Amino acid sequence: MYKIIDAEFIAPNVRKIIIEAPKIAKKRKAGQFVIVRVNDHGERIPLTISDSNLEEGTITLIVQGIGWTTQELNSLVAGDFILDVVGPLGKASHIEKFGTAVSIGGGVGTAIAYPTAVALKQAGNYTISIIGGRSKEYVILENEMNKVCDEVFVTTDDGSYGYPGFVTTKLQELIDAKRKIDFVLAIGPIPMMKAIAEVTRKYKIKTVVSLNPIMVDGTGMCGGCRATVDDKTVFVCVDGPEFDAHKVDFATLERRNRTYREDEKDALQRHSCKSEEAILKAVNEG
Amino acid sequence: MPKLSNKERMKIQRQAMPEQESAVRRNNFSEVNLGFTEELARMEAERCIQCPKPTCIEGCPVGVKIKDFIALVAEGEYLKAADKIKEDNMLPAICGRVCPQEEQCEAKCVVGKKGESVAIGRLERFVADFERQTVGIREATLKPKSGKKVAIVGSGPAGLGCAGDLIQMGHDVTVFEALHDLGGVLIYGIPEFRLPKDIVKAEVESLKKLGVDFQTNAVIGLTDTVDELMSDGYDAVFIAVGAGLPYFLNIKGENYNGVYSANEFLTRVNLMKAYKFPDYDTPVFHVKGKNVAVFGGGNTAMDAVRTAKRLGAKNAYIIYRRSDAEMPARKEEVHHAKDEGIEFLFLANPLEFLGDSDGWLTSVRLQKMELGEPDTSGRRKPIPIQGSEYILDIDMAVIAIGNGSNPIIQKTTPDLQYTKWGNIVVDENTMRTPKKGVFAGGDIVTGGATVILAMGAGRKAAAAINEFLNSSN
Repeated sequence: MYKIIDAEFIAPNVRKIIIEAPKIAKKRKAGQFVIVRVNDHGERIPLTISDSNLEEGTITLIVQGIGWTTQELNSLVAGDFILDVVGPLGKASHIEKFGTAVSIGGGVGTAIAYPTAVALKQAGNYTISIIGGRSKEYVILENEMNKVCDEVFVTTDDGSYGYPGFVTTKLQELIDAKRKIDFVLAIGPIPMMKAIAEVTRKYKIKTVVSLNPIMVDGTGMCGGCRATVDDKTVFVCVDGPEFDAHKVDFATLERRNRTYREDEKDALQRHSCKSEEAILKAVNEG
Repeated sequence: MPKLSNKERMKIQRQAMPEQESAVRRNNFSEVNLGFTEELARMEAERCIQCPKPTCIEGCPVGVKIKDFIALVAEGEYLKAADKIKEDNMLPAICGRVCPQEEQCEAKCVVGKKGESVAIGRLERFVADFERQTVGIREATLKPKSGKKVAIVGSGPAGLGCAGDLIQMGHDVTVFEALHDLGGVLIYGIPEFRLPKDIVKAEVESLKKLGVDFQTNAVIGLTDTVDELMSDGYDAVFIAVGAGLPYFLNIKGENYNGVYSANEFLTRVNLMKAYKFPDYDTPVFHVKGKNVAVFGGGNTAMDAVRTAKRLGAKNAYIIYRRSDAEMPARKEEVHHAKDEGIEFLFLANPLEFLGDSDGWLTSVRLQKMELGEPDTSGRRKPIPIQGSEYILDIDMAVIAIGNGSNPIIQKTTPDLQYTKWGNIVVDENTMRTPKKGVFAGGDIVTGGATVILAMGAGRKAAAAINEFLNSSN
């Protein structure tokens, strides 16, 4: 059992959850993830560790409530427990002094890009971050990024905050302005990562993305998270999660991630009926 | 029963295992074999001619005193029989169910030379079930505490076998398990209808009662490394992480939706209880009314295809590139599968998976094979027949062609010795690695093998670890 120390919404449907897990807090490196199972009927889902606090023995997860499990997780409050948290899993981000490193986060992807941005800065890189959201309220971790990065650019799709447009537009602007860029990390929805890869491919800028396939055990045992990279099959949980963006077959990843889409809808619907029933019952019973 | 002559004993028919009707069982996940009654067990035990020099024991990887325990069954002394088995086998209820007895003890049975061998596995199962169901698994007596601590990595059959012996020898034992539940392949891999999970849980509970500490959610190599365990005060480490890195066919289209490894399919269904979706949150491919092909001919392939049938598959195929005779699966499992309506396509080799524009599997292109000369495995080698390719429509594919070794320990413990396949190299008598205090056994050493061999390796390691701890005072 893993205790939730604190939990708060930092954007619509996006919750920052701080969990007591001293061993993982001590061991985790940027880029690594945990597998979480909320309760004994729960599924196992991978979530990248966004931050940790060694003294408090805690790790921070930033969770977007999309399916039933993430919504259930986001309904938990300080003092509640998560049944299983296992990690740190996967390989740590490859960190070196590249020169100028740009960390790009789209939506909740910023939470995953953040720890690697910190590590890139610590390794002596000039660190730029570009963080985007649909609109102002969806931009997360701007203050945190400001603390560690030399420059931070915020973009919003609807122009309600920062630069109007996508993170790709801003990256292209930097390139057009002849800024020297030696390394790009891009984390966010698949179409965004794919778009960034297309931008940097032309300029041969080394670019890394963090993949988010469906997983079960997270330790290489099931092979459910396999992806195609450089025309070869990889297991994202043990070979990744970070890969060369120019070699990833994003289309296959996107298709495989849709495997259980109907089940996810079904689960959400049934659970929302159930909670309505529970509310009605509670009301009826006074 | 009056004392029988050997001639009379030999006349008794081998007692059939009572089982659920195939038409019923293919719709449920309850155990197929129902187990002997007392009457059946005693009748079967009477078939044993109590050879002065029994050969059955030679066929047992852990040397269970088969003749002695069967004599006790014949006398109705079932608990004493259980004690006799447990002198050599910590997990009789499990091994009685999943051991390939027909290739081991029963293959060496003298009665079997003239007729059918004594049903040793069924008797072992009966004895273990009798104990558990009447008085519960009885606690072994423990030696005084040695003050030494052993870490066991993995809670599968090798880890459990090792833990059971070491705790009795007086050592403190902690078992680290990567998953959230205990038992390794016994829990995530072998289905309920072949090995009920309550039996695995009862074995784990009995070890807990003896004082074995189990820690789930601990991936050794990542959560803690082997070196960290040693510096945390463990005097020895036994690595028993199993095989656990599924092989794929490496053919085109293998990443279409609907293509699973057997590990993933079975884990979703067994461990995560996807067959109870949406009461349980883990989904699995909707097999009902669909065509499912399982590639492979081993026990895992049988487990997967029979699971698919139980989930409602319209057609459930085993596709195997050799013939019936070369299949490594137990005969009993093949027989059960056939009774349940599984279709076997022998001498068929998959060349390519085909899918639709949304990325879903629709069919597989197969090639017919014929058998040539025996290969290095001693089995006749399948050779493609030119121009024999055909397409089979399938909605789901399960790849059950074995497992490689998991890379996590190797990457984080570089100072062990590994084969080119990533298996850990040990002294085969002591399970010792070249790294002081570190032992390894089970599938991570041998590659995918059987439950009994893994448990035997665990017990061999326990003896060697005990010796190591006592000599390092």
